[in-house]
Amino acid sequence: MSGGAVLAIDFLKPFEFEFFRNGIIVATLAGALCGVVGSYVVLRNMSYIGHGLSHAIFGGYAVAGLLGINLFLGAGAWGLLAALTIGAIVRSRPIGSDAAIGVVTTAAFAFGLVIVQIYGSNGPNADALLFGNVLGVTLADVWLIIGVSICALAFIFLGYRQLLFTTFDAEVAKATGVNTGLIDGLLMVLLSATVISTMNVLGVTLIAASLVVPAVVARMLTDSFPRMLILAGVIGAVSGFVGMNASYHLDVASGPTIVLTSAVFFIVAFAAGVPLRRRIGVAHGAH
Amino acid sequence: MNEVFIQATNLTVTYGSEPVLVEVDLEVAEGDLLGIVGPSGSGKSTLLKALLGSVAPLSGQVERRAGLTVGLVPQVEHIDWSFPVTVAECVGMARARGWRTPWITRSERAEICEITERLGLGGLEGRHIRDLSGGQQQRVFLARALFTDAKVIFLDEPTSGLDVRTRHEVLHLLGELNEQGLTIVLTTHDLNGIAAHLPRIVCLNTTVIGEGSPNEVLIPDVLERTYGSPMRVLEHGGMRVVVDSPLFLLDEKSA
Repeated sequence: MSGGAVLAIDFLKPFEFEFFRNGIIVATLAGALCGVVGSYVVLRNMSYIGHGLSHAIFGGYAVAGLLGINLFLGAGAWGLLAALTIGAIVRSRPIGSDAAIGVVTTAAFAFGLVIVQIYGSNGPNADALLFGNVLGVTLADVWLIIGVSICALAFIFLGYRQLLFTTFDAEVAKATGVNTGLIDGLLMVLLSATVISTMNVLGVTLIAASLVVPAVVARMLTDSFPRMLILAGVIGAVSGFVGMNASYHLDVASGPTIVLTSAVFFIVAFAAGVPLRRRIGVAHGAH
Repeated sequence: MNEVFIQATNLTVTYGSEPVLVEVDLEVAEGDLLGIVGPSGSGKSTLLKALLGSVAPLSGQVERRAGLTVGLVPQVEHIDWSFPVTVAECVGMARARGWRTPWITRSERAEICEITERLGLGGLEGRHIRDLSGGQQQRVFLARALFTDAKVIFLDEPTSGLDVRTRHEVLHLLGELNEQGLTIVLTTHDLNGIAAHLPRIVCLNTTVIGEGSPNEVLIPDVLERTYGSPMRVLEHGGMRVVVDSPLFLLDEKSA
């Protein structure tokens, strides 16, 4: 048997396992979803909220596990509570939103860690939640990420111009009749759903990178917003697919390998940015 | 008598306990080309926002004609120039109310090209907004406001940061659009380059100090009450020219 055939068999071997097939679907979709949602997060200069929200939601997982309630509902409610608390603090005290995010979400994360250390975790393994684990991916995770991805696509398709206008120039969008409050609220809900649905594969500590890196790479390659959205989704999906395979073959957690793969995209885009931009760039002529 | 589009009555706006506008009365009628002048912090931008309805008054009211469509051209200093949008995408995002296709339709593209051509931006639709001159950038946001089919366009400091030639271009363009029937309300710091050329000016410093044509409003008394500093007004070529009146000149005069 030739070396190439052996390599192909080695590469295809993990696909024999159901857990890996589930994992690769979730990782690929998670990468694409984070890339697309992350484009809005990055362009709103809100990169820190993805980091904060994922940490806050970990606290919800821990408490939900302790109370024996549905983990996704618990994490979702916890994330929503954290977001509302941040909003209330910012409105009532003269501190910046970045400081409020820092205080609330790290406190929620620390609370989760304390709960897990004192009472243990009835839910997924804490290390798996923190760094992602292909073994932790179930069929329910596959359906969850498919559902969230469909909702995200529908939201972006139906509200594309409102989202773009609000992200680029919220004040003018509001003045010309766009319901910017509703758009912002729905984007936060989508961001929370993205974090919850990708947590098992990417891990709490690395979700922020998956939200930010593909979007930043895409931004480096194009000056056109729709192209940036598509590129970020593709870069995220490829990072998820390649990173998940690397995770299996190197026997390390999936979150770091996915993030490192997207980091390679960043290095390539950074190093070869100008020629690549010339190829992808912006359209010459109206869209 | 032209139809009144927007009527502000006894308008008072505060930020916290700080009054920004106090008992302001202002009328914007169809076909107006109105300039709001005043020093920094006089409430010009807040008045614009109140007329647009994006700032709620503490007391008084702003009545807008039912179904009135408005557009806003923001200060260029507030634009994120690194945001990835081309000229066409920037203009196209303005038609955002109700359900729209994510992509710019064929008929919308034709409209955008017609507007950009009209504003001297023809052929630049695929360029990133950062890769334009100052005057072109200002015109992109004017094009975006026009694409909303606005009857009234508000411009916040439209000539801020522009050189003299570009300022003249923008002023000329606004005059043309106004002649074609567009109602325009703008704020400006530029008394000689912009305000003196407008048919109607409102001098604002928390409240309305004076309102009328440049000949009625650009007078030392109104300007001193507006800017809190003495100013001299000269006549040049039939136009009013406002010059700062440094204290030593006043001293010389009184001596």
